[in-house]
Amino acid sequence: MKFDTPATTNPIDQLKIIGHATSRIDGPLKTTGKATYAYEWHDVGSRPAYGYIVGSAIAKGRIASIDLSRAKAAPGVMAIVTAENAGKLGKGNYNTAKLLGGPEIDHYHQAVAVVVAETFEQARAAAQLVQVSYSAAKGSFDLAAGRDGAAKPPGRGDNQPDTNVGDFPGAFAAAPVQLDATYTTPDQAHAMMEPHASMAAWDGDKLTLWTSNQMIAWTTGDVAKTLGLPKENVRLISPFIGGGFGGKLFLRSDAVLAALGARAANRPVKVAMQRPLMFNNTTHRPATIQRIRIGANRDGKITAIGHESWSGNLPEGRPETAVQQTRLLYAGENRMTALRLAMLDLPEGNAMRAPGEAPGMMALEIAMDEMAERLNLDPVEFRARNDTQVDPEHPGRPFSRRQLVACMKTGAERFGWSARNAEPGKRREGRWLVGMGMAAAFRNNLLMKSGARVRLDRSGTVTVETDMTDIGTGSYTIIAQTAAEMMGLPLEKVVVRLGDSSFPVSAGSGGQFGANNSTSGVYAACVKLREAVAQKLGFNSADVAFSDGQVSSGNRSVPLGQAASDSELIAEDSIEYGDLAKTHQQSTFGAHFVELGVDVATAEIRVRRMLAVCAAGRVLNPKTARSQVIGAMTMGVGAALMEELAVDKRTGFFVNHDLAGYEVPVHADIPHQDTIFLDETDPMSSPMKAKGIGELGLCGVAAALANAIYNATGIRVRDYPITLDKLLHRMPDA
Amino acid sequence: MRSFTYEKAHSPAAAASAAVRTSNAKFIAGGTNLLDLMKLEIETPSHLIDVNGLGFDKIEPTPEGGLRIGALVRNTALAADERVRRDYGLLSRALLAGASGQLRNKATTAGNLLQRTRCPYFYDTNQPCNKRSPGSGCAAIGGITRQHAVIGASDACIATHPSDMAIAMRALDATVQTARPDGTTRNIPIADLHRLPGNTPHLETTLGAGELITSVTLPKPLGGTHVYRKVRDRASYAFALVSVGAIVQRDGTGRVAVGGIAHKPWRVEAAEAEMPRGAKAVAARLLDGAKPTRDNSFKLALVERTLAAVLTEAKG
Repeated sequence: MKFDTPATTNPIDQLKIIGHATSRIDGPLKTTGKATYAYEWHDVGSRPAYGYIVGSAIAKGRIASIDLSRAKAAPGVMAIVTAENAGKLGKGNYNTAKLLGGPEIDHYHQAVAVVVAETFEQARAAAQLVQVSYSAAKGSFDLAAGRDGAAKPPGRGDNQPDTNVGDFPGAFAAAPVQLDATYTTPDQAHAMMEPHASMAAWDGDKLTLWTSNQMIAWTTGDVAKTLGLPKENVRLISPFIGGGFGGKLFLRSDAVLAALGARAANRPVKVAMQRPLMFNNTTHRPATIQRIRIGANRDGKITAIGHESWSGNLPEGRPETAVQQTRLLYAGENRMTALRLAMLDLPEGNAMRAPGEAPGMMALEIAMDEMAERLNLDPVEFRARNDTQVDPEHPGRPFSRRQLVACMKTGAERFGWSARNAEPGKRREGRWLVGMGMAAAFRNNLLMKSGARVRLDRSGTVTVETDMTDIGTGSYTIIAQTAAEMMGLPLEKVVVRLGDSSFPVSAGSGGQFGANNSTSGVYAACVKLREAVAQKLGFNSADVAFSDGQVSSGNRSVPLGQAASDSELIAEDSIEYGDLAKTHQQSTFGAHFVELGVDVATAEIRVRRMLAVCAAGRVLNPKTARSQVIGAMTMGVGAALMEELAVDKRTGFFVNHDLAGYEVPVHADIPHQDTIFLDETDPMSSPMKAKGIGELGLCGVAAALANAIYNATGIRVRDYPITLDKLLHRMPDA
Repeated sequence: MRSFTYEKAHSPAAAASAAVRTSNAKFIAGGTNLLDLMKLEIETPSHLIDVNGLGFDKIEPTPEGGLRIGALVRNTALAADERVRRDYGLLSRALLAGASGQLRNKATTAGNLLQRTRCPYFYDTNQPCNKRSPGSGCAAIGGITRQHAVIGASDACIATHPSDMAIAMRALDATVQTARPDGTTRNIPIADLHRLPGNTPHLETTLGAGELITSVTLPKPLGGTHVYRKVRDRASYAFALVSVGAIVQRDGTGRVAVGGIAHKPWRVEAAEAEMPRGAKAVAARLLDGAKPTRDNSFKLALVERTLAAVLTEAKG
């Protein structure tokens, strides 16, 4: 189905099932432990052997030699695969660094071997007997030091490293009110609960991988490319994923090493990446240095806005596009953005939840708070005065829907924003300095082709098959809701099967594009199935109603299952997009409000209340959408207050490589969280009229906290995370 | 993890003598620290002596009016004990500030005292560490040191002791009872149990080879107000940046021990004489000779400010 004109009324608009708060249909499987995660396929194939990964002990250099003799002689060892004996390996389209290193080493903990043994314990013990001698080389590990030498990265489509509109330098210089400030965000880890894990089994030259992956088609292709197999010889199965946050968008070493280990051992092999490797072996959100300049007239109208961002990556790696939102969020005739990329020998930087906007908004929304203060304007009012209903770089191009101001005003009212004292450091409650902060939320809405197959059987059950994944987001449920709405069925009559490369290719889970695109693909397949049903039952497809398990037209009503009485009816289609995203800018908007306390003695920061207001198209399932947003808000608290991969700049690795050292919020850190979804449909986005929401909930949260900390203490911290040591020396006497 | 042999000990003397009979043996009780370290081959014992069956799981009054806490009393049970909550509130609060409910259910009193540092370089076997591999060097010095010691450290090691419970024990002047391989027992004042790193950071306590902690005794209650304040980056399940345990009497005198800043629970009795003069005076004595790094110099101010807050809280 080609989607190239705005959506009109369609069966989704009935909202019998779509739009209702619905519990996860896969919830019982998960709560009873029956959902099979990658490491838990106990009943397929023959008994697997276990692989244990050996990570490089240096960040850059070469392996001088590897002595496997002791490891090979260890009990239970069946095979040890290294780059030396693995045969020729390619590199996936989505990988920057090789997944099996050697002899060249690209980063710390890059896999250099996998040891396969009968038991996990034997593999682990033997892995520690692998003797690798390295010849270390000098590397670059310090972004701040690499800033001056950072280069202009190549552009990709609309994402050009430099953008310029009007005369930014002139307008900024002439602006009566100016801000020129630099912010930093640290390297961050996805730190999902389920580590990368895979089980591989070969049948001749055909490979099956049970894995944990967000993007089945990308990864199937990259498995084939890495192992030199035809794509059709690779099957990926990934129905349940214990968190990904972008860390599982790509093929990673667990899957490659399971496949290589299985081939070498001639047995199915399981590999779960050990937790201590999770931080340096994999990808992470790269650190940024961001300089923001804003010039405004005294009436609060922005006349010049400039945003430059420096990040680092391995050779061939990409920059963190932290300036993305600044091209679109606020008005201003004179604008510029610039991305620069330093070559660093740290582990590969790549996508993590809301790449670009998450760190970009961390900086921009502090800058807006600072600017509001200079203008003596309320932060909500300052943002509202600079709202734009058109793409400010291309004023002929409107936003499809943009309710930023409504989000902020609704949030301000519901949160009690008017009680905020604009003068910082003035509200004291016992040992706490109390402050409020807010930030806009912004994340683009991405359109991706997405396919699905739907099967109708004689019992009237519809089965949806698509390689879409559910990374804890609720894909199973919204896809079931979509099919149920389209086919006039209760939710119980829909079966959803996901995460299998033998199913039609979907958008996958990433960039908050999963929900809108994958359900639109299901919509398209259901439209086809409705036509097939109508034809089979002898209806004129134009005026057939599907409801309550019946197909009806005029006085005639037939049970849906009857269309499949002699054989299953199967329909497959995908949603493909025209140029609506070119003529209209599609973005999602929101506002975050935070109240927190800062301990006057210790500068410990404890959040008290949070509110997110989102306007992001139709909310398909308010329950799972809320769950996404409060999860994102929690992640934003982590980004603001504690998350930082600490770089040892001498030897080039992230030192805090476990969940004790890389702190993310615990329950005690998270107070009451409220979410409000503004009523919105966006007919430009898809037949579902929905947009993404899972990343919007993160973008801006950390800045809202930073602004609240400033409001509480009068201390402006521009370097994340805002830990107590950055406040302590400027705190008032207790 | 290396393979190891295992035995269940039936008496403290047997456990202690087994520990010297077998080379490279370790006692295991709760295992919350040791097993993790064994999986990473930071600890590589070849023999484990399980002391869980020795029955040291009671909390009993002593003739002197104190409490004798069996070495195997779980942290949860100790924190919840009515007598501990009433008379040694500092200990109960310190315990509950540590780890998680699940870990406290398993972790023992003696094991808590003997837990090893959380220095991230100690945890990475690719990195030199004098504590893990004597003589190899210290990767933490000059590295990421925000969590590390600011006082009592050496050129060989700047690790901290991670225990909350030990801070309370130190403030309370607990004594540690042990059984030795030769069948004798002894009392070790808690102040003498943990060592500073010096040139031998791998030697963390003064326990002899095979010496087994059998109980920890608290002297009779001190009265006063008991406050334990743990400062950390998140609200729970994190090691202290700084923690302050204090017992403050009505006249302003008292005791104070500090965690998160040294290789052992940090208490300077001479500093306590300054308590009536306030936190600044106490902190100055307590931290006399501190040598922080750039990353952790904030701990000096943090100790003083936290102590001030604790003294204010104690005044009620």
